[in-house]
Amino acid sequence: MKVHLPESLDALWDLLDQHPQAGIMAGGTDLLVSLRAGKQHLPTVICLERLAPLQTIEPLDQTLRIGAGVTLTRILENSLVHTHLPLLHKSVASLGSPLVRNMATLGGNICTASPAGDTLPALYVLGAKLSLASAKGRRILPLESFIQGPGKTALAKGEILDSVIIPFPAGFGVQHFEKLGQRNALAISVVSFAALIRTQDNLVQRARFAWGSVGPTIVRSPQAEKALEGNPLSLEALLRVADLARAAVEPITDVRASADYRRRVAGNMVLRLAAL
Amino acid sequence: MQIKFTLNHQPVTLEADPSMRAIDLLREHCGLTGPKEGCSTGECGACAVWINGVTRLSCLMLAAQLQGQSVVTVEGVNPDSPDTLHPVQEAFVNCGAVQCGYCTPGMIMTAAQLLACERTPSRERIREAISGNLCRCTGYHKIVDAVEAAAQAMDREIS
Ligand SMILES: Cc1cc2nc3c(=O)[nH]c(=O)nc-3n(C[C@H](O)[C@H](O)[C@H](O)COP(=O)(O)OP(=O)(O)OC[C@H]3O[C@@H](n4cnc5c(N)ncnc54)[C@H](O)[C@@H]3O)c2cc1C
Ligand code: FES
Ligand code: FES
Repeated sequence: MKVHLPESLDALWDLLDQHPQAGIMAGGTDLLVSLRAGKQHLPTVICLERLAPLQTIEPLDQTLRIGAGVTLTRILENSLVHTHLPLLHKSVASLGSPLVRNMATLGGNICTASPAGDTLPALYVLGAKLSLASAKGRRILPLESFIQGPGKTALAKGEILDSVIIPFPAGFGVQHFEKLGQRNALAISVVSFAALIRTQDNLVQRARFAWGSVGPTIVRSPQAEKALEGNPLSLEALLRVADLARAAVEPITDVRASADYRRRVAGNMVLRLAAL
Repeated sequence: MQIKFTLNHQPVTLEADPSMRAIDLLREHCGLTGPKEGCSTGECGACAVWINGVTRLSCLMLAAQLQGQSVVTVEGVNPDSPDTLHPVQEAFVNCGAVQCGYCTPGMIMTAAQLLACERTPSRERIREAISGNLCRCTGYHKIVDAVEAAAQAMDREIS
């Protein structure tokens, strides 16, 4: 296998053009595991780690643009993420272990498009947009249209994810993330849940929910969100929302949990909001 | 491919397959058996080394990624006096934090990196920091004791 470490975007575009079969590698924490397991064979790997434009975190009018190559550890250390995107912070902190986070990138978690990708529920409710770049230029896609199925994305040949644009959720006083795994560190989620809630005079004005590991991609439920709006964040209202959540998810049974268990937990996680 | 990098503070140049894993390059080509292979999938931390000062897993890196970087293995953790132990190593010995020793090099790299950034981490913080380093022998208590003791020793040295 050939390995290239381009240091400029122009060099990257040339390499992608010359090696159409090449795999792209950021932190390698998904790609190298899958290559070693023999699930994939690649003639060439192109590493993104030396591309400076993918390494920056910049604020821009009430949004944060995070380079796709920024490691999860750097995201946790960033003060703007801490202050303005606590939901993202919580979800990143739940991923893998400190050593994995020293290598794994946000772009890699998105492009892997796993139903269990731990940053995804948070990025969905935050309304993240993706900037995709190629030799031909750039396009912006909402995350929800980028992810098309388990392991399937809208990336075209010769295209990379260059940055993730995340709006600050102004006015959303409740920013909640919960991941249920089989232990604390180094656990793939059995169910995960992200919620953003804006209240006024103790009534929910706007609610956004997303669940991970309970469907082929992240699950949203506009019905559940609508059912909470106009109500207080009470156990009574949340019990109705939890039922709608259980109806919306499409979990499977695997080595980690049964479909039935996942469905129940997806609803139960909503009830946690009553305690906030 | 010719790979040039700094290994334990010395420049090295090697001829190696760029797609071999960094851990194989270090163990087989460089003869450094400090980094251990426990799982080869990123879960155990036995293969941890510092790349430009950041603790990373050498089982999930390709040899080519070392090009031009500074690599430190447990063999080079105490550059100022290579013949003596790093305070973290000393504390591991004194606290009985080593049983079979397989996890120890990775633990040392993670712990020494933590103490390079934080002078007096809490026990909780230490547990969190070593949560990617698995130990099947000690039950972790003595490892946390050792990191705490090392932090106190290093703190005394500074002040
Ligand atoms: C021990 C261990 C524990 C883990 N635990 C978790 C966990 O708890 N939760 C979780 O969600 N994940 C977990 N993972 C999976 C993995 O660490 C994450 O998905 C990580 O974010 C992947 O990022 P990466 O930079 O390492 O991706 P890579 O492995 O480099 O790439 C992953 C995929 O995305 C593509 N890609 C990467 N970056 C780009 C880009 N900029 N443009 C186009 N394509 C790109 C690659 O071609 C590849 O197909 C774990 C992995 C390990 C080894
Ligand atoms: S061998 Fe690298 S993490 Fe286990
Ligand atoms: S001492 Fe044996 S694995 Fe930790």
